[in-house]
Parts: sequence; structure tokens; C-alpha cells
Amino acid sequence: MGNVRTGAPPTLDTGVLRRMRLARDAMDREWAEPLDVSAVAARAGYSRYHFVRLFHEVYGETPGAYLTRRRIERAQDLLRTANLTVTEICMQVGFTSLGTFCTRFKQQTGATPTEFRRRARSGDAAAIPGCFVLLWAGGFRERPAPGSGEAPGSGETSGSGETSGSGETPAVSKNREGRAARGVLA
Amino acid sequence: MITKLGLATVWVLDQDSAKAFFTEKLGLEVRDDMTLGEGGMRWVTVGAKGQPELSLALMVPGPPTMDPGSATQMKALIAKGVLGAGAFNTDDCQAEYERLSALGVEFVHPPEKRPYGIEAVFRDDSGCWYSLTQPFDELDETVPWNDCVG
Repeated sequence: MGNVRTGAPPTLDTGVLRRMRLARDAMDREWAEPLDVSAVAARAGYSRYHFVRLFHEVYGETPGAYLTRRRIERAQDLLRTANLTVTEICMQVGFTSLGTFCTRFKQQTGATPTEFRRRARSGDAAAIPGCFVLLWAGGFRERPAPGSGEAPGSGETSGSGETSGSGETPAVSKNREGRAARGVLA
Repeated sequence: MITKLGLATVWVLDQDSAKAFFTEKLGLEVRDDMTLGEGGMRWVTVGAKGQPELSLALMVPGPPTMDPGSATQMKALIAKGVLGAGAFNTDDCQAEYERLSALGVEFVHPPEKRPYGIEAVFRDDSGCWYSLTQPFDELDETVPWNDCVG
């Protein structure tokens, strides 16, 4: 076992990393539940504050952003395949407000749920084995290039007038609801 | 001409606990457990009982194949759970899911139907993830491909 150098970030401690992983897996399993960051933090054995900080350090986004992103991914999947209304899908993936859901959906995918469904069902879906989709879906969001502004959906803690010039989703009035949305986690 | 794949490496955090996990829980058999030279590299391989021609080497990141800095990074990746090491086949995904769950194996996804089979996803005791697939004889295109994130 290599010695951890003085001053090395605590995330190199595999015990800490393991607890972050368990918390992340719990969110992956229970995304449809009304998850609460304090509960997830407690499961990992941390206070909410330390959990959010450590999780961000390890996975590059806050637990709240992670959960929201995964919920939107599930919603995309349901929009492709399930015969449910947008409202039903919104509730199914763990959102409590349709407005919030649509705002976050558009931030992440560049389309509204209805637009997304229309496009997804007009062409052939790519035939990718599920495990690779899983790997991709559980992966990391791309970091914005330096100076390009915040990535959509990443403004977890900024609160203030988040930049609206981040790429392909201009003119989305995302912030008011986006902030309320993540109230649950993060 | 290459004729087959005989050995693949699985990176683990601890060879003893990995060996116990792969044999006592997953039900694989031990093929080798030896130390090469005095104080040398420990060589532990396991494999499925019905597939003698393919073994998995359970390796801890570190010397002689990996410098200490890389080993530290690799261990972090394992513990973070971002490494996927492969897919195991089973003839009954649901039954194996229940058996392994009862043994305390951590599943990330329960069994779900895909066009190519029934698939669940679990982690080993180090944190790497694996598919547990019960393959269909032929593709069932009526099942969505990318349902697995649900």
C-alpha cells in the first residue's frame, strides 16, 4: 500500500471513496423516491455539509446535481419507450413539480420533454447494449471548457443570476424553478 | 493468429477478500494462489467452474507492474466505483440475483429485460461493477435497448 502523502486530498482514502460510492449507488437505486440529501449523507456516515463537499470532490458534481441528472436520464428513457404522459413521467422519476421538471429537462437535453419524445420516436433508436448505456449514464457530465460559462444544470450552489449563455439552450428561463427544484437535494 | 483469450485482469483492493468474494459468493474456483519469488508478486487467479480456459487474475494495483502514483490513482478509481470489469453469464438471472443478494452482494440494478437477455448489475467487494446476464438465444427487439438506466 502506498503511503498517502501529507496534504493529499482525503478522497484518496479508499474508505472515504467507498462510502461516497455507496451513497451514489443508493441514489441510483432509489431515484424515484423522495430522497433527501441529509438522509443520503447519514447513510454514508457524514454530516450533510461534509457529504456534499466530499461528493463533489470525488464525482465532480454535488449529490443534488447528480440525482437530478439521473432523474432526467430516466425521464428520457421513459419518454422514448413508455406510454405515459409527461406529467406522469415527471412524478415517476421523483420530481414534484412539472414546471421544475420541464425546466431541468430542457437545461440538460436542450429540448422540452414533448419535443424530446417526438424526436426520439421518429427515428431508430441506437442499438447499444444496456450495460454500456448504464456506464455512460452513470458517468460524468462533461466539464465546460474554461471560460465558457457554467454548464447547464451545474449551477448547484450559485443561486445568483446564473449565466444564461451556456451553449445550446439560450433563453431558457431556468433559474427560478431550477433553484426551487433542487431544494430537495444539495 | 490469436486463438483465444485465456486471462483477464481484475483490479482489486485486497487479494484475500477478493479471492473470498469471487469464490465464496460468486462461486468461482481458485486456479492459482502463489507468490512469485521471495516477497514477490502474489498471483491469484479464479475462474468459472464450467470455463477452464479463461481465468481472471485478481491484481492489486502496485509494483511491479504499476508505479506507486498510478497505483494510488487506480485504487481511487476502484473505490469510487467507476470501473466496470465485465459481464458474467448465468442461466437464471433472477435466481442468481436472489442468491447473491442473500449473501450480501451489492446490486446497483435488479434484473431487467433487455433485447439480448435479462441483466442485473452488481459490484464486487472492491467496488468494480459487473453485468450479470442471462442471454437470450436471439435478440428480442420488442424490448427497449436502453431501459437499463431505469
